[in-house]
Amino acid sequence: MTNLDLARLQFASTSIYHFLFVPVTIGLAFLVALLQTTWHRRGDEAYLRLTRFFGTLLVINIAIGVVTGLVQEFQFGMNWSAYSRYVGDVFGAPLAIEGLGAFFLESVFLGLWLFGWGRLSPRVHLATIWAVAAGAALSAAFIMAANSWMQHPVGYAVVNGKAQLTNIWSVMTNPVFVWGYLHVLLASLVTGSAIMLAVSAWHLKHDAQVDQFRRAASLSLVVLLPASLFAMMVGSHLGVIETTYQPMKVAAMEAQWDSCQPCSFSAFQIGGGKNDETPTKIIAIPHLLSLLADDAWNGPVTGMNELNQQYQQQYGVGNYVPNVFIQYWSMRVMAYLAVVVFLVALLGVYLLWRKKLMSTRWFLWLAIWVAAIPFLMNTAGWLLTENGRQPWIVQGLMQTSQGVSPSVSAASIWISLSIFLLLYGTLAVVDWTLMLRYARKDLAPEGEADEHDLPEAAMAY
Amino acid sequence: MGLQVFWFIAIAVLWTGFFVLEGFDFGVGMLHGVIGKTEAEQRVVTGTIGPVWDGNEVWLIVAGAGIFAAFPSWYATMFSSLYLAMVLLLVALIVRGVSFEFRGKRDGATWKKTWSRLQTAGSLLAPLLIGIALADLLHGLPIDSSEEFTGNFWDLLSPYSVFAGLTLVLLCVLHGATYVSVKTDGELRERARRLARRSTVVTGAAVLLFGVWTQVVIHHGAFPDFLTVGAVLAIVASSWLLGDRREGWAFAMTAFAMAATVLTFFIDLYPNVMVSSTDAAYNLTVQNASSAPYALKVMTIVAIIFLPAVMIYQGWTYHVFRRRLMTPAAAGGAPGAS
Repeated sequence: MTNLDLARLQFASTSIYHFLFVPVTIGLAFLVALLQTTWHRRGDEAYLRLTRFFGTLLVINIAIGVVTGLVQEFQFGMNWSAYSRYVGDVFGAPLAIEGLGAFFLESVFLGLWLFGWGRLSPRVHLATIWAVAAGAALSAAFIMAANSWMQHPVGYAVVNGKAQLTNIWSVMTNPVFVWGYLHVLLASLVTGSAIMLAVSAWHLKHDAQVDQFRRAASLSLVVLLPASLFAMMVGSHLGVIETTYQPMKVAAMEAQWDSCQPCSFSAFQIGGGKNDETPTKIIAIPHLLSLLADDAWNGPVTGMNELNQQYQQQYGVGNYVPNVFIQYWSMRVMAYLAVVVFLVALLGVYLLWRKKLMSTRWFLWLAIWVAAIPFLMNTAGWLLTENGRQPWIVQGLMQTSQGVSPSVSAASIWISLSIFLLLYGTLAVVDWTLMLRYARKDLAPEGEADEHDLPEAAMAY
Repeated sequence: MGLQVFWFIAIAVLWTGFFVLEGFDFGVGMLHGVIGKTEAEQRVVTGTIGPVWDGNEVWLIVAGAGIFAAFPSWYATMFSSLYLAMVLLLVALIVRGVSFEFRGKRDGATWKKTWSRLQTAGSLLAPLLIGIALADLLHGLPIDSSEEFTGNFWDLLSPYSVFAGLTLVLLCVLHGATYVSVKTDGELRERARRLARRSTVVTGAAVLLFGVWTQVVIHHGAFPDFLTVGAVLAIVASSWLLGDRREGWAFAMTAFAMAATVLTFFIDLYPNVMVSSTDAAYNLTVQNASSAPYALKVMTIVAIIFLPAVMIYQGWTYHVFRRRLMTPAAAGGAPGAS
């Protein structure tokens, strides 16, 4: 493998791994804040105990999310120095704003929330968990603004062979960003509420603390149903936006080599890759691709061959088609699983409404396993959006092959990649065992000190 | 003053803030097994930084992102040149970061001992590697005309750079031990105080030698500048204050010593941001590595709005957790009592 392949593999591994934890943090922080708010308003002790219970799960995840975020920030310079030099003027600003405006908020208030029980007034303490939730959500905003600029660069000019920021407002109102960010927020809510639902269902299935965990199950279902619906709708609109700015990405997700109008969508297909331009569509749904890509019954989709020719005229000789297999299947994995999650949520809300949630044992079993799905969807979503941009690192401006660090050898990346993969693997195992262990614990009795509570002397410094 | 200079100062301030704050976290991480003999004691020692270390580490993230935004070429060349050192640094920060949360999540001596060791190692390696990395900027690395690194891993480890790393480790030990003496009571306070006091001699000598060596490296003769002298005097004063059991003032002195040492370094680096040992013409400077005025202006507005706010709410955290901690036994066996 060349240093380019290795650098890409390392970036993909780190980003995918990091984003296993990020949506959990964003989603669960919001839900824990909701639990604590409910306790605060109703004075129902069950909600306090649930707050602390799910707070522990949140914190186990944040720990890994935060430290792998460090790798994310460093690796642009480490592995993509030519890219960093080229885009830093534009791309660096949202990253720095993320640190100053969002990450500080999340980290400082997490400490206050975690250790502040009994030290802060209940009202102020409640505000701290909302600050954590806001910080986590804001953090994603700036990262998405930076990423969206790579998908659809706006508000810049190329001066002396480097991109220069000319309008920060354009960067922050980039349509790819606005819709992409909303999509990420909703996906995070889906992830967080699916986990809360699964943990609650496990306890309900074991008839443990039914009274309390029924409350958590209700809350998670009430969040999961609209979040999964809106995530699909927003994602669908994001597809329409991408048809405008990144038509190749959309053509590749249908393996559409020739232009079409109207265009059908295949439920499954065999072939369709580089050397097989006439795939066997198993179930072709007429007009569906037109609707997905253009929001129009008879909308056209420009095929990859035509786009490739256009790009060759515009940017010179080369192959501008991304990996079609990844595009085609990541889109379907994401979309099909989204429907599954939505149906499960719908069923859950129905059972809740008919007061049959507890008696429908198979649903409880199902709800436990559904928690795995958002992680697959999130990963597929990133593969779709990042692979679909290839061969560009910044759409239309710089190719990925030009962005890699010239001074970092393949041997160096082999070393770092092995170290990171070993570390990620170990941490995943530790995180998983801790999550299972704490997810299966009983709720702590009210007022019991946890490991974060330490006795204080009367004396201050 | 141009925005480029302003941003160089801002980045120096961010690194200084990082070391003043995270410096004692590193120290506490290194020393928690030395100052705390029993499990309960170690929990208290780590507990002194529990609520704050994460927020402190964000200073590093912002310092890094600030370099990226304000000086993209500096960020690109620095992080790719120091590639393997950065990998090690990330590993150190990762294992140390998760150890805070994971250590207490299970009982069992092996589990706790493993995470304790990882925390100690990570807390020691991190300032050592950052010290080496920063010193390399000033000492010079083989960088060619296209701002790319042409050397190998061993070029990163000049004697000066390694000594800079060790000096930072010592400063973290002094700063961290002093912090524990401020934040605990009883036996732990005494142990931390004695340890801090004992470390002042070596740390003071190292800071002095580092100051002199820096002047030699930048060809400014062999006399340390006034900030280095100030740092050494502060360390001497901290020794005296620790002996007098005035730990709060001693902590102010060690914080000053840390800040002065880091700031001196950036003052001596200016106007370069990365020195090329290949040819001085290839040096990256505040002028040639920076972003354009518009991006710097945007960043300046953002920094002026957010940085004071961050300082206020982070400062408030220290107020909330101002009380000294003690072991449950020393507190009369009432966990959670406040």
